[in-house]
Amino acid sequence: MSIRERLSGNEAVAYAIKQINPDVMPAFPITPSTEIPQYVASYIANGEIDTEFIHVESEHSSMSAAIGASAAGARALTATSSCGLALMWEELYVAASNRLPVVLALVNRALSGPININADHSDSMGARDSGWIQIYAESNQEAYDNFVQSFRIAEHKDVKLPVMICQDGFITSHGVENIELVEDDLVKGFVGEYEPEHYLLKSDEAMAVGPYAVSNYYMESKKAQTEALRNAKKVILEIAEEYEKISGRKYGFFEEYKLDDADYAIVIIGSAAGTCKAAVDHIRVKTGKKVGILKIRVFRPFPEEEIAQALKNVKSVAILDRSEMFAGTGGPLGAEVTAALYRAGMFKEVVNYIYGLGGRDITVGDFEDVYDELERMAKTHEVRENFKYIGLRE
Amino acid sequence: MENNNKPYNFKKEMTTKKDRFVPGHRMCAGCGGAVAVRSVLRSLHEEDKAVIGNATGCLEVSSYMYPYSSYEDSYIHNAFENAGATMSGVETAYNVLRKKGKIDDTYKFITFGGDGGTYDIGFQSLSGAMERGHDFVYVCYDNGAYMNTGTQRSSATPKFADTTTTPAGKVSSGKVQVRKDLAAIMASHGIPYVGQTTFLGNFKDIYTKSEKAIYTPGAAFLNVLSPCPRGWGYETSDMMEMCRLAVETCYWPLFEVVEGTWTLSYEPKNKLPIEDFLRPQRRFKHLFKPENEYLLNEFQKMVDKQWNNLLVKCNL
Repeated sequence: MSIRERLSGNEAVAYAIKQINPDVMPAFPITPSTEIPQYVASYIANGEIDTEFIHVESEHSSMSAAIGASAAGARALTATSSCGLALMWEELYVAASNRLPVVLALVNRALSGPININADHSDSMGARDSGWIQIYAESNQEAYDNFVQSFRIAEHKDVKLPVMICQDGFITSHGVENIELVEDDLVKGFVGEYEPEHYLLKSDEAMAVGPYAVSNYYMESKKAQTEALRNAKKVILEIAEEYEKISGRKYGFFEEYKLDDADYAIVIIGSAAGTCKAAVDHIRVKTGKKVGILKIRVFRPFPEEEIAQALKNVKSVAILDRSEMFAGTGGPLGAEVTAALYRAGMFKEVVNYIYGLGGRDITVGDFEDVYDELERMAKTHEVRENFKYIGLRE
Repeated sequence: MENNNKPYNFKKEMTTKKDRFVPGHRMCAGCGGAVAVRSVLRSLHEEDKAVIGNATGCLEVSSYMYPYSSYEDSYIHNAFENAGATMSGVETAYNVLRKKGKIDDTYKFITFGGDGGTYDIGFQSLSGAMERGHDFVYVCYDNGAYMNTGTQRSSATPKFADTTTTPAGKVSSGKVQVRKDLAAIMASHGIPYVGQTTFLGNFKDIYTKSEKAIYTPGAAFLNVLSPCPRGWGYETSDMMEMCRLAVETCYWPLFEVVEGTWTLSYEPKNKLPIEDFLRPQRRFKHLFKPENEYLLNEFQKMVDKQWNNLLVKCNL
């Protein structure tokens, strides 16, 4: 029987870490992810897990130490948010290029400045080109479920890439929700032992990690990373299917919420999808308008063709970004989904919204306005602005 | 595991022991960095395995150029500023995997950084690793500037040195600041072993200090003066002579700090004037203009003061 609990998102991820019992966790505190290493430290203090904690002096060092531990043959992870992720930036690329299956519990928070501790996706979106797999959660349940699956994806022989498990700061990290946990032995059996093929401490072979590679090797190493990311698509689905068997919960690249018959779709990532679902239910009951949601779970690798297929029958699309990319053209999700539609030969009315920066609330009413605009765009075939803001004070 | 009583046998250690840093690397002729690595690794006991770490720098780009590694042992380079943190992760992984029964072999952990990666950009990472007390040796091959990028000043660069970012010129006498005393800062971390050494005579000093550093449980730091022919401007064949002059002028004293106790390893019988160390080097050429004699005097005073401070620390 699964375990029914009431946990915050941070607690849920920490609980998954306890069940997995990884080898090495270097971490440095930063709001709102701080609780994760705190919980792990208390598990260690009470002899509940074998994990070694490294009390590093910065996030740059936490990712550096995780890389060292992973290269040495240990299952390694860390947790961070916002500026902590920014400080790791160089190391994110090193972890990915060394093909190390490090897992990072990221609690999304706005990047400075101005300094702000609340949720948006500017931290992880800034790292979107670093070669990491990125999986996002709407709820505490999803944060837990994604984390349990993370090492299996990262360590898969066709992947061998680091994985970032993302959830929204405070909204899920500190919000307490009902949650169903998978039993300890089932999680342990599902995750299994880490048995790397090559590692620094392998008895019968010495190994060198982190070479200087000149122009005649560098490009192939980058292509190999892309291949691994493409392989990850299949692996992510296989592991989700396997996880469904022990959890009863189904996961894919994205969730389609009432999208089957929808005329108007919102594409969104993270916790705000919950509010959006409330809006969809309300609109459908009140007006009968066919509105739906495509909620991204896997942003890296980007499931471009699948997204386009899922949006095939809608008349107009609003893509909602919880981060800027400062191109003056909207947000990263907006750019990538629009490109996905174009490449699939689907020319429909598309608008990109920026919302929720630095924890700005988004309401059911805001989503209703977006669906109204989608209806207007579909009817008039006119997009007034390619990108705009929700909830911005004029 | 301490094994410091084994007598040093020059012939055995230097000629019969298998090298763990092998020929074919691309370090310059007359480079002290390569000699530092070879000397330190030679003090590993043959039955022990090792993981060698490395900050980005001359050594890294010259000794692990894909697909060739110059190391017999496992090796990891991560980035410029994080050799300390990276080896912390490796050493911790070793402890866990051993505890879990996944590893039987005995491993030793040694990481190398130049003065740029150690005194400057990697200082925080080094300090963190030393404070946490990981059981590894951090070896700084100190050549006194960012040599890999073309001799820019570091906080290890001596005052008055002509570097590409502190050039001597019409209104400049080279670097303005005195060098950072990193060995003392490391000793202040309360770690069990700190040693300062270089290459002298039959290499006994560096050999015994390396062995102590490696086989003392806990964090250890070794500062190795490693001359750079390109950055210093000496004849490549004079590398050993540069080290000798650095020691005989008391520019680079040899000492160790064991559990907080400072001990001088060598006291020159006739302390040579600092000019003897400076004259063969292009980077100090401007100090020998007649009008700059006062700078030489200042340099001598600086060396005397540092030497006297060291003698006090060593209760001499």
